[in-house]
Amino acid sequence: MWVTFIITLSLLITITMTASAMLGGYIGRRFVPIQERPNYVGKALETRITRRLRINEREKQTWFGYAKDFLTLNLLFLLIGYVLLRFQGVLPFNPNGAVNLDWHLAFHTVISFMTNTDQQHYSGEALSHLSQMFVLSTLMFVAPTMALTMALAFIRAILGKQIGQFYFDFVRVIVYVLLPISLFFGMFLIAFGVPQTLSPNAVVTTLEGASQTIQRGPIASFEVIKQLGNNGGGYYAVNGAHPFENPSKWTNYIHLFLMLLLPMSLPFIYGSMAKKRKQGFLYFGVMLFLFVIGTVAMYATLYSNPSLHGQEMRFGAIGTALYGAVTTAAETGAVNAMHDSLPSLSGIILMGNMMLNVVFGGVGAGFMNLMMYVIITIFVAAFLIGQTPTVLGKKIEGREMKLVALTLLVSPLLILGFTALALVVQPGQDAITNAGPHGISQILYEYTSAVANNGSGFEGLLDATPFWNITAGFAMFFGRYIPLLLMVAMAGSLQMKPRVTDDGALRTDTPLFTSLLFGVIVTVGALTFLPVLLLGPFAEWLMIR
Amino acid sequence: MNELEKQTRRFDTSLIVAAMWDGVKKLDPRTMVKQPVMFLVWGGFLLSLVYTMLSDEMRGFHLAVTLILLVTLWFANFAEAIAEGRGKAQAATLRASKNDVMARRIVKDGIEEVASSLLRKGDIVEVRAGDYLPGDGEIIAGLASIDESAITGESAPVIKESGGDFSSVIGGTLVVSDRIEVEITSNPGESFLDQMITLVEGSKRQKTPNEIALSLLLVSLSMIFLLVVLTLPAFTNYLGFQLSPPILIALLVCLIPTTIGGLLSAIGIAGMDRVTRFNVIAMSGKAVEAAGDIRTIILDKTGTITFGNRMAFEVLPVEGITASQALGVAVLTSLEDETPEGRSVLTLAKERWGELDESPKQDAVIIPFKAETRMSGLDLADGRRVRKGAASAVIDWVSAQGGMIPSDLQDQVDAISKEGGTPLVISEDARIVGVIHLKDTVKPGMRERFDRLRQMGIKTIMCTGDNPLTAATIAREAGVDEFVAECKPEDKIRVIKAEQKAGHLVAMTGDGTNDAPALAQADVGLAMNSGTQAAKEAANMIDLDSDPTKIIEVVEIGKQLLMTRGALTTFSIANDVAKYFAILPAMFVAFIPEMDWLNVMRLGSPESAILAALLFNALIIPLLIPVAMKGVRYDPVGPEKLLRRNLLVYGVGGVIVPFLGIKSLDIVLNLFM
Repeated sequence: MWVTFIITLSLLITITMTASAMLGGYIGRRFVPIQERPNYVGKALETRITRRLRINEREKQTWFGYAKDFLTLNLLFLLIGYVLLRFQGVLPFNPNGAVNLDWHLAFHTVISFMTNTDQQHYSGEALSHLSQMFVLSTLMFVAPTMALTMALAFIRAILGKQIGQFYFDFVRVIVYVLLPISLFFGMFLIAFGVPQTLSPNAVVTTLEGASQTIQRGPIASFEVIKQLGNNGGGYYAVNGAHPFENPSKWTNYIHLFLMLLLPMSLPFIYGSMAKKRKQGFLYFGVMLFLFVIGTVAMYATLYSNPSLHGQEMRFGAIGTALYGAVTTAAETGAVNAMHDSLPSLSGIILMGNMMLNVVFGGVGAGFMNLMMYVIITIFVAAFLIGQTPTVLGKKIEGREMKLVALTLLVSPLLILGFTALALVVQPGQDAITNAGPHGISQILYEYTSAVANNGSGFEGLLDATPFWNITAGFAMFFGRYIPLLLMVAMAGSLQMKPRVTDDGALRTDTPLFTSLLFGVIVTVGALTFLPVLLLGPFAEWLMIR
Repeated sequence: MNELEKQTRRFDTSLIVAAMWDGVKKLDPRTMVKQPVMFLVWGGFLLSLVYTMLSDEMRGFHLAVTLILLVTLWFANFAEAIAEGRGKAQAATLRASKNDVMARRIVKDGIEEVASSLLRKGDIVEVRAGDYLPGDGEIIAGLASIDESAITGESAPVIKESGGDFSSVIGGTLVVSDRIEVEITSNPGESFLDQMITLVEGSKRQKTPNEIALSLLLVSLSMIFLLVVLTLPAFTNYLGFQLSPPILIALLVCLIPTTIGGLLSAIGIAGMDRVTRFNVIAMSGKAVEAAGDIRTIILDKTGTITFGNRMAFEVLPVEGITASQALGVAVLTSLEDETPEGRSVLTLAKERWGELDESPKQDAVIIPFKAETRMSGLDLADGRRVRKGAASAVIDWVSAQGGMIPSDLQDQVDAISKEGGTPLVISEDARIVGVIHLKDTVKPGMRERFDRLRQMGIKTIMCTGDNPLTAATIAREAGVDEFVAECKPEDKIRVIKAEQKAGHLVAMTGDGTNDAPALAQADVGLAMNSGTQAAKEAANMIDLDSDPTKIIEVVEIGKQLLMTRGALTTFSIANDVAKYFAILPAMFVAFIPEMDWLNVMRLGSPESAILAALLFNALIIPLLIPVAMKGVRYDPVGPEKLLRRNLLVYGVGGVIVPFLGIKSLDIVLNLFM
């Protein structure tokens, strides 16, 4: 079993890494600031389209202008999405008669999909085709695009380049990255048996003579962007465990590949744009190392537990372990197993991946989190050798450190704050289905998943209530926007600074620095969340050991 | 132990006692609030104290926690106070010399007596021998020797005169001879002495940008731990048990970076103090830190790298004279010559001949150097008269005695001048015998210093007015990286700007008024105390000993300052790992017995574990005071090696040390509990 697991994991890593390195190089070249690229294939067509859309692709936006456009478009999508969900019952494309969503459920759902979280407090069957296609599927493209454009702006700014034009980047990310990959792998999924249809639900008569309704729809198109964009919301409530979403072992691996593809490509994008391939590779290395540790540990927890409880039997312990580790590492949130029922130590790995949020992390967001840790590491390491800390030749001073320090605070504040709140108020306690430490795990998982914009659920938690919709909605909203904006602001502040020399400065592309970076990530993460993990899943494990 | 060391030791003991008391005074919340991390501990202490007084439950244990918190605070304050102590003592000495004296102000209709505190910028005063200078100023008339020992510690008086680069005087120093007129250049309270008192006292110490950034990181970490501790009761309540507030506070105080938080200001003050002890006055901590980041140093050649044109390199005979004859006469002229030039001639001859015959100087009449004659020498007992001096002076002297001027003399003199050297013509009676070639000589040890700078990653640029040929020779001899020949003051600014454009921080030293713009343009400008007021105002550091090479030490202190902060931050955070292993199981084990599995250190009891961790956290502060004061040693071994070493010591060491420390403290505590 271990041999099979290791071979499978190695194959998955090798294949995905190769693909993402290529993709990273491609995106890095394609998205260098337009001012640095006088000519490229497709420029003429682009220019014609941008003129028509009245976008000035050569505009030199500041980080503030870029972020303002980003927020405006996000709010617009949030509003439209909210209205459509509230009135889906009376709107067209509703062959199965789905009803209007309550205000709090609509609030939660639209934030959930807009923030790339896809935490689902409704069950998939409650939505009309219109909602599925024009709210969920649309946002599934929009949300990762938003994160990727912000990451691109961040990378350009930190490298001291022009930040670019938001709408121009937005359209280009969809056209050059998400659409082609989705089309290609969507066909793949259809070929492997995932349904794609606009017909109403099928009603069949079973062998016993009873009538059964089988829900179907445009699943393959939904599925591919759900995984590629680290969205993770299921077409069906049981998500990746449903045979239509994930019919076979092969589709299971395609899911894993797609989930990791974009997050893994970010360090390579950085390496390509900065023309520092070694650095990009070492940043990738840190994330990979964390990922391998978590994934191996995840399999070990399942392997050492003979009960098979919670596992997806079609894919076995390996398929379950990989899916769980990958979905939490890449902040996708798709699940093929019942995380609530897995051994308690598995819960620590799943939550740990999300708490760190740099084990590749969601598209763009994970890389920006990594860079936050990089800056903290540079800060300490530069002091250790008697230098004023600089990142890529720019001094890290009070302003940058303030923004980094705030970013560092966001996720502990939201995760610990909301979990503590839910544990003391009645509506929170009511949702717990298992007393004792496991109850802590259920709530902790819910908010960790929300804040990290993962979206998977421990399940078991009775979370379809106003309390959970509202608190989780805010957790997702703040967990998404505050760190993204703070980090882009920080990069924007660095962008403006005069460059000081690099030679003789602390080098960040060495194994020593990379190990220190790893140490900082683990230490800061562990110190923050260790006590609550001890009281939750760890205490549970100790008690039933 | 010599007398000086004894004095220092006694001085230290009294300093420690004073610092202990200051540590108590600093417990004032208005002082504590300036250090956010320690202020959190202070709040924790108050809460814990109130709880201990109100609740009967486990009072002894809670009292112990409260007391250790108080001790932690006191240790941190003590560290700061002891760092301030030396500066305060120094400030007291300086203040003593800042007596209000009567000044004689020159006004239209004569001289009026006013108190020095009433003098304003632009006033002109007369100062005579025996007077203290009433304020900082510029000599506008006269010449005087001035005792500046109150400021520089150097007991030999210095000569200051109007005009030129040695015209600035400092208030509080003593005029030993002559009379001068001084234009006052500072208003009361803004004088050099006032600035120095403020600086050494550290009372108005501004936090540097690096310190601010580090504080932000520390505050952010503290906030995270505060959050962990504040939310913890919700979790434990849900599981059906409560932790007492003092235990939660103990956890908080152990986790927040109190080690670096408590020592942060001590490190900054001690860094400034180290600079001051080198007799360099830094106008701000920022300047010292900037010195640590210097990549380029611009140095004047003359006086900094070389002694100036003063050392005898060779003695060239003129036509018809042998080399040893010429050298013999050169030696005779220099037997009683105490100038560096004269001594260098003897040194040169000793290298050739070994011991010299110094008997001719007996009963000889010494002819000293005079500005009018521009010659010196001896009238020997046997009647010979030997002289050396400037070519024109000696030629005149010889011609006056009817002597001949050798035909090749002018060529030799010109050749030496062309190479950048200084020719001294020597004569015996009415006969010119040769020329001494005085050459610019690199000061001993410069090459090693520049090598060290190179290892530190710092480039040296030499600026000189010499022609490119001479400049190249000296540059090669001294081992500087680059040189600028025929350098004018505006060239220095150009060089600095070019280096800054390439992203290098630049330091330069200077003393003349025409150096002032360049000193201001440089990131670190080190002015010589002997220099002009304009130079001192433009600079951000002043060297009281007027030794331009001291910039190297300042660079090292700047680096040490940052390294010490980095080292203690790393150590502080690394410590948390062991503290978690001590405290967390101890907190939970009473309610979840299985948690004992995590008690990897096998600590005696939950109470002793918490106390041991908290006690370790407190004791590590005074134990690290020596590191904070002395600074972490800097070796120019390259960033990678340095990082590896410091990570090993303070990172890995920071993980291991508390395991050992907490376990030992626990064993001791269990003897009493």
